[in-house]
Amino acid sequence: MPELMYREALNQALAEEMERDANVFLIGEEVGRYNGAFKVSQGLLDKFGSARIIDAPISELGFTGMSVGAAMVGLRPVVEMMTWNFAILAMDQIVNNAAKLRHMSGGQLRCPIVFRGPGGAGGRLSSQHSQALEANYAHFPGLKVIAPATPADAKGMLKAAIRDENPVIMFEGERLYALKGEVPEGEHVVPLGKADVKREGTDVTIITWSRMYYFCMEAAEQLAQEGISAEVLDLRTLRPLDEEAILASVRKTNRVIIVEEGWALAGVGASVVDIIQSKAFDDLDAPVERVTGLDVNMSYAANLENATQPDATKIIAAVKKVLYREGA
Amino acid sequence: MEAPAVASPYSKEQLLTMYRKMYLIRRFEERAGQQYTLGKIAGFCHLYIGQEAVAVGPIEAIRPDDYMLSAYRDHGQPLARGADAGMVMAELFGRGTGYSKGKGGSMHIFDIEHHFYGGYGIVGGQIPLAAGMAFASRYRNEDRVTVCYFGDAAANQGAFHETLNMASKWKLPVIYICENNRYGMGTAISRTSAVPEIYKRASAYDMRGEPVDGMDCLKMYEAVKDAAAWCRAGKGPVLLEANTYRFRGHSMADPATYRSKTEVEEERTKNDPIPKLRAYALKNKLGADADFEAIEEDVKAQVDAAVKFADESPEPSVEELWRDTIVDEGEQDVRPRERVLGVKVTNWPKYPSGQELKVTWDLEPREQAEQADKKAGLSR
Ligand SMILES: Cc1ncc(C[n+]2csc(CCOP(=O)(O)OP(=O)(O)O)c2C)c(N)n1
Ligand SMILES: [Mg+2]
Repeated sequence: MPELMYREALNQALAEEMERDANVFLIGEEVGRYNGAFKVSQGLLDKFGSARIIDAPISELGFTGMSVGAAMVGLRPVVEMMTWNFAILAMDQIVNNAAKLRHMSGGQLRCPIVFRGPGGAGGRLSSQHSQALEANYAHFPGLKVIAPATPADAKGMLKAAIRDENPVIMFEGERLYALKGEVPEGEHVVPLGKADVKREGTDVTIITWSRMYYFCMEAAEQLAQEGISAEVLDLRTLRPLDEEAILASVRKTNRVIIVEEGWALAGVGASVVDIIQSKAFDDLDAPVERVTGLDVNMSYAANLENATQPDATKIIAAVKKVLYREGA
Repeated sequence: MEAPAVASPYSKEQLLTMYRKMYLIRRFEERAGQQYTLGKIAGFCHLYIGQEAVAVGPIEAIRPDDYMLSAYRDHGQPLARGADAGMVMAELFGRGTGYSKGKGGSMHIFDIEHHFYGGYGIVGGQIPLAAGMAFASRYRNEDRVTVCYFGDAAANQGAFHETLNMASKWKLPVIYICENNRYGMGTAISRTSAVPEIYKRASAYDMRGEPVDGMDCLKMYEAVKDAAAWCRAGKGPVLLEANTYRFRGHSMADPATYRSKTEVEEERTKNDPIPKLRAYALKNKLGADADFEAIEEDVKAQVDAAVKFADESPEPSVEELWRDTIVDEGEQDVRPRERVLGVKVTNWPKYPSGQELKVTWDLEPREQAEQADKKAGLSR
């Protein structure tokens, strides 16, 4: 299997879907002649032309709403958000229009559209540019929300998102774009709504998604050396949550921690805890632990930035807490 | 009797159709207001009384398959495009037989069969959508236009400015009709706008913009006929400012104490678009009193039947709660008249598949882009 960078996997998904379906177009800031702020759309303008790879003005609300309108009448837009921080300006069009069109029209309209771009801390960019905002979108009925961690999932889930009949919000990782992994060629479609056990284990379940996945794998490796067998469940889709996969893993290991880059209050992890306590309470041998970003704004200084985010050390401590092996 | 100096360019049939549609809106809205006070309609209910010409003139000037959308003051346009009055009223009543199964209510009328793409409750939120629908028409190389209504207050939204910029830059075939009824809720537009003449704002985006007498159905008809031809010829978008007036409050909850009785009376007595059209037809001998009276009787019966239909319809079933949030795989779109009345709907929009479609539009020709680069002293 070829090894690709995360950004190349996305590029491949876009190119394949645009090749397959002329209704698909890409719009966003710098996606065309600049080849993408993170080079996800490298080479696509030359391949597909200026009506299908569109350099938009810096008008997030405007071009997002315009794309929603195009989706209402049969096109399948992919809207690139330079980062999700800027997409806050477009939230009205996503939440009040895209997510509600099917409902307001009583089933007359559909809105097949993908909003995608990087989320999470970019690295030394301070508070306005370093936010994990997926929980905001996971809140809304009418949307699907995905956050793949690996290049293979990035490709397969973007292809599934473009083919989906609903608005799909895709969080990529600003720090994941250059990361390499094996990616199946051609028709590789990963169904939305399905979590993936990325590492099997028996003592504890670590639930996570997106970039935090790599800290979790690092922690699991280290724990293995201490004889602790951790299962890593990559949610991949945050709306709808894969309850079945979550509960199956909880029933297997009886101990759970949830690792989330974003803030704890009203985070996605809080909802996962809720599912577990209401449907698998008797399977738990310890209260569920959460490792989240600290409840502060992100700083520029390297030490403060690091301290704000989850890392393998924090994850290991949480695992030991649910195993009652603190200090071990 | 004196013969009219210039022959009217309109046929009797055309004028009577416009009259019928305006009268239908007027009558429908009067009965809706009445049903609101009886407690049959709840929530926000924004009546169109006084603004009928702004809907009817343009609708007569465009094709039935042109796209249209509006804000929350949205009963008039779908009625004039041929929506079933009973099903619109049922939507206002919150009944399962409404266009959106009672899920949307007064502010969200959608009749896709008649290419009416909705009423939107966030001020200005439909403005970018319209550009996107027009974008799709250009993308597919269709000669369709999109007509988008919004209020005077919506012209102060960022969505308006962002969209005009894109629509003009990409020459999208969209006609924006600002319904300037002089107020956004209780605030006179002049109090909150540095440039209260909305049409002038088009010039900021090198776009065609014109004021129109929104109390005159024929003036609206002419303005939109011309604008539609302009759009279809690929010349880009048009902003029309329809100067109009609402005879009632902002919504049924608003007694409209922020404007003087004389102001309202002036408009009602001198500027009502319905008697105005009738006077024109009579003067040009393109209709007799008997014709108008027959139309009025007919429409009254139609609206009575609509109210009866709504009142006798059941609420939506509770299971409906779980439909229409997410489209499941293989799920078809709902065709309201088929669902409610059991009639076969044949003109539902169809789009070319991604395999059939050939995109030929060059949105930013390379040559043009390179010239711009050169001018700026850049090389790629
Ligand atoms: C974004 C937003 N802000 C405020 C409101 C509340 N609101 C509803 S209608 C309205 C006035 C709009 O006036 P205008 O655009 O002139 O339309 P008109 O009601 O006169 O037809 C306001 C403030 C809203 N619905 N959406
Ligand atoms: Mg107004």
